Amino acid sequence: MSQVNRLDGGQIDRAASFKFKFDGKDFFGHPGDTLASALLANGVRLMGRSFKYHRPRGPLTAGSEEPNALVTLRDGARAEPNTRATTAELFHGLTARSQNCWPSVKFDMMAVNDAASDFLAAGFYYKTFMWPAPFWEKVYEPIIRRAAGLGALSMKEDPDEYDKGFRHCDLLIIGAGPSGLMAALSAGRAGKEVILADEDFALGGRLLSERLEIGGASALDWTAQTVAELSSMPNVRLMPRTTIIGAFDHGIYGAVERVSDHLAVPAKGKPRQILWRIYADKTLLCAGATERPIAFENNDRPGIMLASAMRSYVNRWAATPAHRVAIFTSCDDGHRTAADLHAKGVKIAAVIDTRAQAPQSFDYEVLAGAEVSNTKGRLGLTFVEVKLADGSSRTVECSALGMSGGWNPNVHLTCHQRGRPAWDSVLSAFVPGGSLPQGMSVAGAAMGDFTTHGALLSGAKGAADALGIKTADVPMAEDAPPKQAAFWFVEGAKRAWLDQQNDVTVKDVVLAHQEGFRSVEHLKRYTTLGMATDQGKTSNMGGLAIMAELAGKAIPEVGTTIFRPPYTPVAIGALAGRMRGMEFHPTRLTPSHVWAKERGAVFVEVGNWLRAQWFPIAGETHWRQSVDREVAQTRASVGVCDCTTLGKIDVQGADAAHFLNKLYCNPFAKLAVGKVRYGLMLREDGIAMDDGTAARLAEDHFVVTTTTAKAGPVYQHMEFVRQCLMPDADVQLISTTEAWAQYAVAGPNSRALLQKIVDPEFDISNEAFEFMACANITVCGGLRARLFRISFSGEMAFEIAVPSRYGDALMRRLMAAGEEFDVVPYGTEALGVMRIEKGHAAGNELNGTTTANNLGMGRMVSKKKDSIGTVLSERAGLNEEDALKLVGVKPLNRAEKITAGGHLMAAASPVDAAHDQGYVTSAAYSPEVGSMIGLAFIKSGDARMGEKMRLVSPLTKSEVEVEVTSAHFVDPEGGRQRA
Amino acid sequence: MIINHPLLGPRDSSEFVYMGDASLIERPDPEAETAASDFVEYAYLRDNPASWLRELWFHEGGDRSWLVVTRNTVTHEISQVEMARDVARSKGRSK
Repeated sequence: MSQVNRLDGGQIDRAASFKFKFDGKDFFGHPGDTLASALLANGVRLMGRSFKYHRPRGPLTAGSEEPNALVTLRDGARAEPNTRATTAELFHGLTARSQNCWPSVKFDMMAVNDAASDFLAAGFYYKTFMWPAPFWEKVYEPIIRRAAGLGALSMKEDPDEYDKGFRHCDLLIIGAGPSGLMAALSAGRAGKEVILADEDFALGGRLLSERLEIGGASALDWTAQTVAELSSMPNVRLMPRTTIIGAFDHGIYGAVERVSDHLAVPAKGKPRQILWRIYADKTLLCAGATERPIAFENNDRPGIMLASAMRSYVNRWAATPAHRVAIFTSCDDGHRTAADLHAKGVKIAAVIDTRAQAPQSFDYEVLAGAEVSNTKGRLGLTFVEVKLADGSSRTVECSALGMSGGWNPNVHLTCHQRGRPAWDSVLSAFVPGGSLPQGMSVAGAAMGDFTTHGALLSGAKGAADALGIKTADVPMAEDAPPKQAAFWFVEGAKRAWLDQQNDVTVKDVVLAHQEGFRSVEHLKRYTTLGMATDQGKTSNMGGLAIMAELAGKAIPEVGTTIFRPPYTPVAIGALAGRMRGMEFHPTRLTPSHVWAKERGAVFVEVGNWLRAQWFPIAGETHWRQSVDREVAQTRASVGVCDCTTLGKIDVQGADAAHFLNKLYCNPFAKLAVGKVRYGLMLREDGIAMDDGTAARLAEDHFVVTTTTAKAGPVYQHMEFVRQCLMPDADVQLISTTEAWAQYAVAGPNSRALLQKIVDPEFDISNEAFEFMACANITVCGGLRARLFRISFSGEMAFEIAVPSRYGDALMRRLMAAGEEFDVVPYGTEALGVMRIEKGHAAGNELNGTTTANNLGMGRMVSKKKDSIGTVLSERAGLNEEDALKLVGVKPLNRAEKITAGGHLMAAASPVDAAHDQGYVTSAAYSPEVGSMIGLAFIKSGDARMGEKMRLVSPLTKSEVEVEVTSAHFVDPEGGRQRA
Repeated sequence: MIINHPLLGPRDSSEFVYMGDASLIERPDPEAETAASDFVEYAYLRDNPASWLRELWFHEGGDRSWLVVTRNTVTHEISQVEMARDVARSKGRSK
């Protein structure tokens, strides 16, 4: 099909042609076209179906406020639903499909909704789908979802990259129309750092769509010269294709730059879009204005659009929606459209002006004091019915109709910090008012300055006032005072669309009013007016006007709903940026990671860390085989485990011991140098926060460990205590978690193994280096190291730390030296099994609800000193007779399973919450015991040893008979660790 | 939001961790006769004003200072930023 509606001129590059596909059919357009302008040039008016009634629709606008022409752009994984054809830049090979229609946009089965519209009016969902309740999920919702809804996602992973970035400037100018360009010129010439952002791919705003003069020459020439001058300024950054999506606190703006949306595939190494965070000292909003449609019967047919959009299509893109066009206007601006179209050779069938005193024309007929009463043409406009001033009717044949109901300033971004716009009775429109976001001022049409000269002047002045610079000279331009009177809807119209995207008509607003939904917020939610992806940019005012009339109030008394970010829809991909998949959070690798990978370790995510979970060897087919072997071999001889991930905090200073005494509930002041002590930290409310060890390496130097998960929060807490509670204490903290590689060496042969590594001048015999000793030592011939004799497994054990860069080498050395002892590396699973066998509490037990008393450490809480949490840990409610106590459980039948999370019931009691006796926190198969075992909190558990109870898990429908035991399944006397 | 750190100048609030009411600096005397109820109030009861509030922010992504930020909870306006350590000293806290 040829471009039957293409005119002469326009800002398109006719030397090149782009082939594109819409609904499977091939078309041609030119560089500079949007999808909508190219389709109109090819005579295509019908671009989609409406949301609820599936009415045939064409574009209403030529910009981002478009409610109708939503298409799915591209194919396969790159398919992007709900893209506005009016802003989609044409490229060679573009493919697009219409949405919300089946089997085709011309013949849509769901259009039956349109005939049934009487049943689908405002509040339809609320009234119809009320009961029975279960039907909502299973019946109603799936049907509604299928029938309504917009485009569908491809359900494939987006192959493109998105990025995030930060920018700073003295002045952010939002919108590059006449006021924005003039402001940028003023600020740029004054040497200020300027960012000029515009959502369009070409800078110039409305100047690109008009036949205007600036400074005695074409406005297009002025625009080109200005953009060229701005481009040459190193202090001015032009950001076309960039939408400012929100105004946030303290002069921070969100912006989406569509870097590659105008290309079939992004260039290599380039992102599809960038989400910018712009820090602006001052901001000038030059967002322009949006023309208002008029509500009249059947005003939604393809071919009916805003008059200003017609002007854009004809002047900028040389594409007319039809060759015979009528204009329906309530102000002078509609006549400007008629004149522009006429000048381009488009036949003006008539200008229908609601005002009796309408300006006349020699070029076409003007019907003064007339209104459009109805329209015809199912898939595209064919004629309009006009009610003339004398009451008679007349038919005007036309294939397109421009509507012009005046202009609304684009105040959206002024309201993002809860500012409310003010009513301007001269313009019959809301203008920016009240408190604006910090540092923001407004210029041009966004402020209600609708003339070109006014826009240029307010842009120059806006920049000057914001930055304290001289106001630049402004060239001459058109300065006719705007004449716009309020005219929102044709009296008596019913199926007259206000919100075309959500199919809200005048009738719906009337119905909502009748049913008592009279506040704007209620109206919005009951009718869904303004709730679609266009956020009612073309519809809200019409709805408010009708509400005001029904209520007998003025529009400003009715008020507006609140505008919120984003200004236009934002792809989730842009918000996610590079934080996808494994990049969602940083991955921390342990010093032995490379070695563990070589050994074929299976890894597990622990917070941001990747830790070896177990190390399978040839012949093992189930993880339990590996874990049981690692446990058995460690307990029989020696095993090595990377425990670098535990938090390590260096505490130094004269008051270090005093500080730790405040931090831990158990005493630390008298801990000897060269000794380690277990420490329990409470929160101020008396609940256990974290546990670990503190090793005293010198009088004024401790090394504190935390659990892996709490390394960050504990450090933060320690800094709080240091800075906010003990500001004069001589103590310094630094996190050294990643500075030291630390390995547990556990098992009866651990000493023998370490003696081969530790330099001979250090005696690590039991006499010289007893249980809970620590020392600075050297290993492997002079490498500084720290040795701690602590045990998480219950075996004789050490933890050895070396600077991280030697971590890999030390692990290899330990393995080589341990060969004669049949040394085994073990992972987090074996670590967990051994600590459960030993009855050591971990994260499952320190779960944010348990106290020292619950953990069986009540006596550890020192009464002789004050520490964080002591006072509230003594509350009666936490110390009742039947408080939960940490114990062990094992099944009576060795083959049965202990389920973590299962609850314990007395031998003969009902299974319900009232009879709950406690719950299992950790469970594992114990090779030592020969069955599964568990750690559990049971009411008065320490007094119930040997009791037979039932472990029930309603979730897994299991019930197991268990016996209450000590939590220490292995070596309860602790002889092994002291050996 | 932008927090004007007394040592480091204006920093984005995303560098900080928020901990709420700065009254947490005023930890009660554990030796007082009313210690039990004082600590309940300290640990659990907070004013939640729709206006100015002195709050604790931790510069986790920076120098690890605790700051006392005086912020309007309605407008997010920040009128004062102090080192928490100085505030603690002014409240008579020492070691």
